[in-house]
Amino acid sequence: MDWTWFHRLASPPYIYGLARRLVPWFAWPSALLIVAASVWGLGIAPADYQQGDGFRIIYVHAPTAWLSLLVYVTMGVAAGVGLIWRMKVAHALAASAAPIGASFTLCALITGSIWGGPMWGTYWEWDPRITFELLQLFLYLGYMALRASIDDTQRADRTSAVLAVVGVVNVPIVHFSVIWWNSLHQAPSVMKLGQWAMPVSMYGPMFVMLGGFTLLFLALTLTRLQAEVLARERAASWIRDAVGTNLKAVNT
Amino acid sequence: MKDLKDFFDMGGYAVFVWSAYGLTFLVIGLNIYWARRLLARSREDAKKRLIMRGGEQ
Repeated sequence: MDWTWFHRLASPPYIYGLARRLVPWFAWPSALLIVAASVWGLGIAPADYQQGDGFRIIYVHAPTAWLSLLVYVTMGVAAGVGLIWRMKVAHALAASAAPIGASFTLCALITGSIWGGPMWGTYWEWDPRITFELLQLFLYLGYMALRASIDDTQRADRTSAVLAVVGVVNVPIVHFSVIWWNSLHQAPSVMKLGQWAMPVSMYGPMFVMLGGFTLLFLALTLTRLQAEVLARERAASWIRDAVGTNLKAVNT
Repeated sequence: MKDLKDFFDMGGYAVFVWSAYGLTFLVIGLNIYWARRLLARSREDAKKRLIMRGGEQ
């Protein structure tokens, strides 16, 4: 098998340029999908027969909750690759994803709470789904705090990567918690027993929104990745071209 | 106009629906702002490092 693509991905200048070129291709479609799904979800999708218009919170709650898990898996895989192949770029990717994951996990918890208020009659419950999602937030915050507490970047990479990899265990627990335990949180509402549980007019905005949020995550991570890569490469000559400094003007 | 009022009223769930959407869009906006600021700052830092090294030569 030809592994040159893998080696290219490990090269900071290649990754910097690739990320730079890819960001607009993810950012603009993401904006389009999120706006379209919001209009569809808020104004066009029919009201739920039990929850009325309150159910429309699903279109922002489910995608933020989806990101809280997707981002962590991305982080865990990147950190694992970084540990095994000692790939700096992979560690940089994991570090770039963490703050994005933390903010969307917090957002999922709060939008869930706002939804729970009128529907369950409580804003907070130590329910398995909610408790493990809170643990997910602490995993992100722990990862970021651990990185921030170690000055040496290589040591910070390796130590925090262990936490990132181990923490992935929590992802299936969050996902399956509503099936494993008798939970206040509703069961997965898109598919039930292999059948669509919602009409197209209701799950349509959800899929568009999920796509929009996934692209948003990619655009944000690749923007942060450029910053991480630049900060890590102190002496490399490619940075001159990357940031476009005219050194002649300074030297003469 | 009645349709528009109904839309904003969200069947009595206005406070919940609009605050959830408002918060989510705030988080999206902050993420975009933070990511762009981080990149702009690290480009500035990289430039400064290059200029300092250039000065030493």
